[in-house]
Amino acid sequence: MKNIKQEDDEKQKNIGFILYKSFKSFCASLPVLIGVVLLLGLFRVNVSPQLISSIFSGNFFRDIIISSVIGSISAGNPITSYIIGAELLKEGVSLFAVAAFIVAWVTVGVIQFPAEAAILGKRFALKRNLISFVLAIPVSLATVGVLMMIR
Amino acid sequence: MKNKIEKQNKKGRWSGLYFLGIVIILYLFLFCLNFENAYNSLKASGDILVKLIPVLFLVVFLMGLLNYFLKPKAISKYLGKGSGARGWILSVLAGIISHGPIYAWYPLLKELREQGMRQGLTAVFLYNRAIKIPLLPVMIFYFGIAFTVILLFFTVIASLIEGKVIEMFEC
Repeated sequence: MKNIKQEDDEKQKNIGFILYKSFKSFCASLPVLIGVVLLLGLFRVNVSPQLISSIFSGNFFRDIIISSVIGSISAGNPITSYIIGAELLKEGVSLFAVAAFIVAWVTVGVIQFPAEAAILGKRFALKRNLISFVLAIPVSLATVGVLMMIR
Repeated sequence: MKNKIEKQNKKGRWSGLYFLGIVIILYLFLFCLNFENAYNSLKASGDILVKLIPVLFLVVFLMGLLNYFLKPKAISKYLGKGSGARGWILSVLAGIISHGPIYAWYPLLKELREQGMRQGLTAVFLYNRAIKIPLLPVMIFYFGIAFTVILLFFTVIASLIEGKVIEMFEC
């Protein structure tokens, strides 16, 4: 007669059982992921690139901050941020602001925040997003600064 | 420790359901106020979800493989407190090569965290998701190769700074 521990070990070694367990643990995160997808749908329909570019003022430091904020609250494929960034450059917005916008777009996630907080913990999500927001500015300054030095 | 994790999971599950409930109520209001806008948003969400499904399957599969081959002992060796430089490099590389939207990876990271992954390395992984190799040609097309290379370099540096700062304020 096999003891309970042996049966448990055999179960743990069964890849099917492990995949089922992973699926079950993944399902616990589904409500929040579906909520984020529904918010992204709202964002995609209601926030146009024209609306984003109309917010910039032409002031160097203000534009960097504004672009980081907009990048943080925007979401979607990074290609969209490149396209909007290129449009902003054409409209005279500085490369510093555009770089901050692109970096914040991918590193800060205001729309995804509820999902990140529910799954990875509120404190962690808050710290990570705040630090990422702050870092978007030095990353853009360093990138464009070095670019100007080598050109 | 196990009880604490179970408690956190339960809390996270409920807050996830509340969050979904709030978003559904928002949509119901929008359907009453502007039917077309709500319908288009729902359609856009459907499009996003269809693109997301293959990535979600990949994540579940990777979670299964991870549980099968990697035991908590191995995870804490590679990504835990004593992982050293190897842990940082692994997290940077994993963040760069991981595919699909960031939120699809949260459940896998949660699983790794429960098995001993450091908070700082989770942050490094998430930050490096900013670098997407298949999208680099598009970035080069719009902003040039020099801008792209310099930005990527500073992105990796910033990810390491973020990881270190998060570990400094860890409690």
